[in-house]
Amino acid sequence: MQHSTIIEAKAINKSFHDPVTIPILKDINFSVNKGEFTSIVGKSGCGKSTLLYILSTMDTDYEGELLIDGISMQGKKEQDLARVRNEKIGFVFQFHYLLNEFTVLQNVMLPGLKLNKYSEQELEHRAMEHLRKLGIENQALKSATQLSGGEKQRVAIARALINDPLIIMGDEPTGNLDKKNTEVVFEIFQQLATEYHQALLIVTHDPSFASRTNRIIEMEDGRIIKS
Amino acid sequence: MNTKLIIRIAKSLLLARWRQTLVAAVGVTFSITMFITLLGFMNGLNDLLDSLILNRTPHVRLFNDIKASKNQPIDLSGRFKAYHNFIKSIKPSGNSTEIRNNGLIMQVLRKDDRVLGISPKMTAQVFYNIGEIDITGVVNGIDVEAESKLFFFQDYVTEGSYLDLKNVPNSIILGKGAADKMLAKIGDVIQITTPKGERFPLKVVGYFQSGIVDIDKVQSYASIKTAQKLLGVTNSYVTDIQVKLKDMTLAPVLSKEYAHIFNTDAEDIQTANSQFETGSSIRTLISYAVGITLLIVAGFGIYNILNMMIYEKMDTIAILKATGFSGKDVNRIFITIALSIGFFGGITGLVCGFLLSSVIDQIPFNTAALPTVSTYPINYDLKFYFIGISFSLITTYFAGLFPARKASKIDPVDIIRGK
Repeated sequence: MQHSTIIEAKAINKSFHDPVTIPILKDINFSVNKGEFTSIVGKSGCGKSTLLYILSTMDTDYEGELLIDGISMQGKKEQDLARVRNEKIGFVFQFHYLLNEFTVLQNVMLPGLKLNKYSEQELEHRAMEHLRKLGIENQALKSATQLSGGEKQRVAIARALINDPLIIMGDEPTGNLDKKNTEVVFEIFQQLATEYHQALLIVTHDPSFASRTNRIIEMEDGRIIKS
Repeated sequence: MNTKLIIRIAKSLLLARWRQTLVAAVGVTFSITMFITLLGFMNGLNDLLDSLILNRTPHVRLFNDIKASKNQPIDLSGRFKAYHNFIKSIKPSGNSTEIRNNGLIMQVLRKDDRVLGISPKMTAQVFYNIGEIDITGVVNGIDVEAESKLFFFQDYVTEGSYLDLKNVPNSIILGKGAADKMLAKIGDVIQITTPKGERFPLKVVGYFQSGIVDIDKVQSYASIKTAQKLLGVTNSYVTDIQVKLKDMTLAPVLSKEYAHIFNTDAEDIQTANSQFETGSSIRTLISYAVGITLLIVAGFGIYNILNMMIYEKMDTIAILKATGFSGKDVNRIFITIALSIGFFGGITGLVCGFLLSSVIDQIPFNTAALPTVSTYPINYDLKFYFIGISFSLITTYFAGLFPARKASKIDPVDIIRGK
């Protein structure tokens, strides 16, 4: 159970066709296991973000096979993929993408309300629990605009956690943060991985960040050169 | 469940831009207000003009027309049986416009289930004597009670009492125009000359105003007994039998049936007044066209505002999609936004439309041609309110359709990677 595969990429290739065909990803094969804290590193333009969006099911324009939780994502409808993202994947982006129209608590609850697995009271309780874990429970009823950058990113992490995803994916989650907040976010990730055995897949170009993760996947020119 | 969540998101997006939302909703409100007011006013007017004619017109009128003999000599010749004969020489003669055997016909009609009531009538051509000159006129002999009950005769008697026509012997209710010419006041006795040359004094007991000035200059009313006396005919002499039906739409069928059974001429209301129906339907058509045009303009407003909202809320749409909302969900959010603008704007429009109609209903409107009306006519038919709200929902739905589709097609990767 501890080492069961969550995400498996088999021979994934992707090219941009506009205006001429440029291969972006070439024959990507790798898998992420439960509880693994993995980072993907590489130079700008090496295709690491592109790979992440393919793994996240948001980008469907590729060749090869992607298995999430043992189920192939090939030929799935947009609606089914949305459900997979909702249920099994949590996202943290470089930008927080919180909805200004909602409070912090509502922002965290939103994916949970969509999943509709728990009642609203229960969901609220769980959301508060996550916020407490991340040390921002006293900001719960504030509007998202009133928070600092580091706090916003922590709210985004809480939002990613709300549906107990199989994996949390991050695209440069510390890219916009100062050193102190980067440290806070990293510690949160590490705590999730060690204490809760949460699988994490983080794209970063910060070598010091990557060096402290369990596993580093290094990419260059659309290929994995070290994993 | 999901619907609740979508409504919740739509609501907060709407309230976040409440100023724009308000402008969009006011557009819908304005169009629906104008739509309701316009249709209410137009149809009030239609009803008024229709009732002017339709209330006064029998659904089926039985009469005997003066016409050339149907049996012309050439038809009797065996040689020309198979030909179309157009040689006609026998002119109308001997036949009067009296409906023969009218007592029996009325008896049959009164027993007919489809008939609401009947009113016999006879008309007499006369001359009104005004000093040295005579002017032509028509005296309608009517059954006063039946005429009031079926054709609202009393509404058109502007002065005097219509019942006096029955109670005072040899009385007449003059058309207002004719009375003005004759300087006849109520209680005066006027002289008329019958077609046979006899002079006849009649007491004026009231004025009559039909709303059509030319008619009021010529027509006047007397009881059928008085009219029969004028012409010197028996008390069974009747030239018209006016039939009012329970269902007006049966008139064309029944008029044929009666013409056949009773061997008279018959005319139904639809044929007699087809021009009025055409007028009414065109007025209604114009009001609908104006109302729908207003709504479409409001629809474009909503379209623009939703489009702007989508550009502003790209990030929101992207993150909703990234966290598991499908394109369909996003589509529904924006359709919900459009529909709620349509719904709330429309409901307010209905209320404002009703209020504006009520105001118009109070504006004095006095005209000599329409004696029964003192304010502008308004029709408060619920149908218009129903159509109004349906139209507002349909137009806002279509206004929201394209922006919503656009929003649902937004690729979250493009937005997120663009940052």
